[in-house]
Amino acid sequence: MNPELSNLVQRVQELNDDFDLTAVRTWKEAETGRKAIGYMPIYVPRELIHAAGMLPVGIMGAGERLEIIRGDAYFQSYICHIPRSTIELALTRRLDVLDGMLFPSICDVIRNLSGMWTMLFPERYVRYVDLPQNFDPEVGGVYWRRELETLRADLCRLSGRPIEDEALRHSIAVYNENRSTIRELYSARSRQPWVYPTSEVYLLLRAGNLLPPEDHTRLLREYLRLAPLETERRDRDQSRIVLVGTFCEQPPLGLLLTLERAGCWIVDDDLLLGLRWTMGEISCAGDPLQALVEAFLTKSAETAARYLPEGEHGRALVDSVRRNRAEGVIFCAPSFCDPALLEQPMLISRLDREGIPHTQFKYSEDTGQFAVIREQAGTFSDSIRLWSQA
Amino acid sequence: MTAASASPRVPTEAGKERSMSLQKQMIAGHYTALSRAPQDGRKVVYTFVPGNLTELVRSFNLLPMLPEINALQSGMRKLSGDYIAEAEKHGHSEDVCTYVKCDIGMLKKGNIGPTGEKLPPPDLLLLSYTGCFTFMKWFELLRQEYDCPVAMLHVPYQSEGRILPHHVDYIVQQLCTEVIPKLEQVSGLRYDEDRLREMLRLSAQAEDDLVWVLESAKHIPSPIDAYFGGVYYIGPMFTAFRGTAEGVAYYRTLHEEVEERLRSGLGPLTPEGSQEKERYRLVMEGPPNWTSFREFWKMFYDEGAVVVASSYTKVGGLYDGGFRHDPARPLETLAEYCMGCYTNLGLPTRVELLERYIREYRADGFMINSIKSCNSFSVGQLLMLRQLEQRTGVPGGFIESDLVDPRYFSAANIKNRIESYLQMLEQKRAGANP
Repeated sequence: MNPELSNLVQRVQELNDDFDLTAVRTWKEAETGRKAIGYMPIYVPRELIHAAGMLPVGIMGAGERLEIIRGDAYFQSYICHIPRSTIELALTRRLDVLDGMLFPSICDVIRNLSGMWTMLFPERYVRYVDLPQNFDPEVGGVYWRRELETLRADLCRLSGRPIEDEALRHSIAVYNENRSTIRELYSARSRQPWVYPTSEVYLLLRAGNLLPPEDHTRLLREYLRLAPLETERRDRDQSRIVLVGTFCEQPPLGLLLTLERAGCWIVDDDLLLGLRWTMGEISCAGDPLQALVEAFLTKSAETAARYLPEGEHGRALVDSVRRNRAEGVIFCAPSFCDPALLEQPMLISRLDREGIPHTQFKYSEDTGQFAVIREQAGTFSDSIRLWSQA
Repeated sequence: MTAASASPRVPTEAGKERSMSLQKQMIAGHYTALSRAPQDGRKVVYTFVPGNLTELVRSFNLLPMLPEINALQSGMRKLSGDYIAEAEKHGHSEDVCTYVKCDIGMLKKGNIGPTGEKLPPPDLLLLSYTGCFTFMKWFELLRQEYDCPVAMLHVPYQSEGRILPHHVDYIVQQLCTEVIPKLEQVSGLRYDEDRLREMLRLSAQAEDDLVWVLESAKHIPSPIDAYFGGVYYIGPMFTAFRGTAEGVAYYRTLHEEVEERLRSGLGPLTPEGSQEKERYRLVMEGPPNWTSFREFWKMFYDEGAVVVASSYTKVGGLYDGGFRHDPARPLETLAEYCMGCYTNLGLPTRVELLERYIREYRADGFMINSIKSCNSFSVGQLLMLRQLEQRTGVPGGFIESDLVDPRYFSAANIKNRIESYLQMLEQKRAGANP
């Protein structure tokens, strides 16, 4: 591997492995008074945090490498893994660097975790971000604006400075560029998944949880420049698949590697969906808060945590399959994930109607054995290549 | 929640069976009306218990049906295991809510309701998204099964422990632009606010009596069991009878019966008869198990344990916190009602409520029945346990089961835990009074 690319991949791997949030600490120490705000999956308006001069930090659990010692004592066996590792990170003081924590309304687990946070860490800023499920601008839009105004006021208080409209417009532009670069990376991967393997793309994306967006965009651009220079990377006879169900608790990196090694090119996915929640540009003109509201109402990603009007279930998934010339879908959901698992039968029936092959399995962020998954994914890939008409 | 068809054994004293037989008649009549709805030309609205808009639905002459109630009834009738298996056969994960799977399984097997009559398909799915994420997916799943419209009502969560004015506005706006127009469309009737006000007035009357009954458990000994018995008491209120004369009559009768028990110094009515000895007063958090409901109750009865307050009896409204439906503000009061349901409250508020119950009802202990199916209730309960012990000095017990999946009710294990917990309370008591 080219040393430049090797260094870049190593850097994002180190960021991924760093439970102590060293990058966040370094950023804060670089200037007196800097603050950082954590957020759970999926979506929070990071533009507001950025405009307040603070660093938004995505907390997506701790994967398979953190031993859960205290976190399990807070959750019954039938609850997913991400709240355990998140509480473990907090109780081991690894999240002390955060000056506040946002919990978006994705499911009852993350919702109740916000209440647990309030009780466990009463001295810290905690906010449950109750996203609207009504998308009428005069109803859900008015409500969401009020919620954003409250969040804006809270962030001003925390940062000790006002969030000027101009600063917010600038932050919107910064995140527009970041999302646009991610879209560029996803398009490139879809065209040549062997040049941009998901095991690397994922780490690149995940760095966006910790880095300032400007730095993250630069990193993405650097990767987009370097990856095609790797002449050793060649296409293989693999199936092109879309990965679904990974929007909250993240699969271990080993699982993504396993899928690729089992004969699947991942050409689209919902990993770390919050980083690219807004599907398109947010307006940088006019009232910036209203621009955030309108973008949420009209440009949000289709996912299980969002209410969808009649007839729309699975439409975005089928579009993705068509657009990315995928040959099948792998439903890969965390165990005990209500949104993903309750959504699955609806998506499957849509795929069946469209004649799109699919398979499914579950994981936990600390899954360590991939033999069964490799076998299943390999068989799925073989069956597509041998039998599919797609 | 309601379980008229599986009511406790009818006691010999005539005065004590009136409310039970009344409830049984009311619920049987409601299910018959539902089953006859297609031929009678009546329209049916499926909705959920927390945040239900019964008065509004009934003000359009529509019949409410609650899939959670069908599921729990199926659990009590030992049908839920087969229904869940049927849903899992159709691709529903073993990890998710068993109410949903029981409902889907019942639908796949012909939609035969608790009274053995076929239930009608919905003319409208009123998705009151209150306190439970699964509700949203549940009705999205039903929407795929039925060709009918959905009215979505998003109820903001009370994470800060108080109702915010713009949250009320948001709900009222949704009622005006989403819910009421769809009710008008389905029913063919115009919204009649005077009718709604009258129904809300009746609701408030019944709510006064329900609160009186629930608070009667503050007496020592308690004349009621506020959990196992409580699920019967909340039945009409939480389902189809708020805002009706029948509902008012039921709660007046119940009030009088409990008053009589109190005068006579009688303990709670149980399937085994009147509970004569109250050895332990408990507060209960979490829903009960329905598949072995009677066996579960008996485990407490045998030990002389009476539940004097419970959170589950607040999932359809927190009336003992002072809330009453207010006819003067019809839509605003519905909004406030929705937001005040127990599972829509933040965890710190839930802890405060249970702490209040432990103190005000002079409980010896509290127990959490943690339900596998219900993340809305269950996530955070282990922290709630610690917080309550710290705040009150009262020890807590913890058991696990499920709503309607018989695979998750381990009778020996649960009985053992209950007995051990109560023995610990006994030792603590003995230590305090050597």
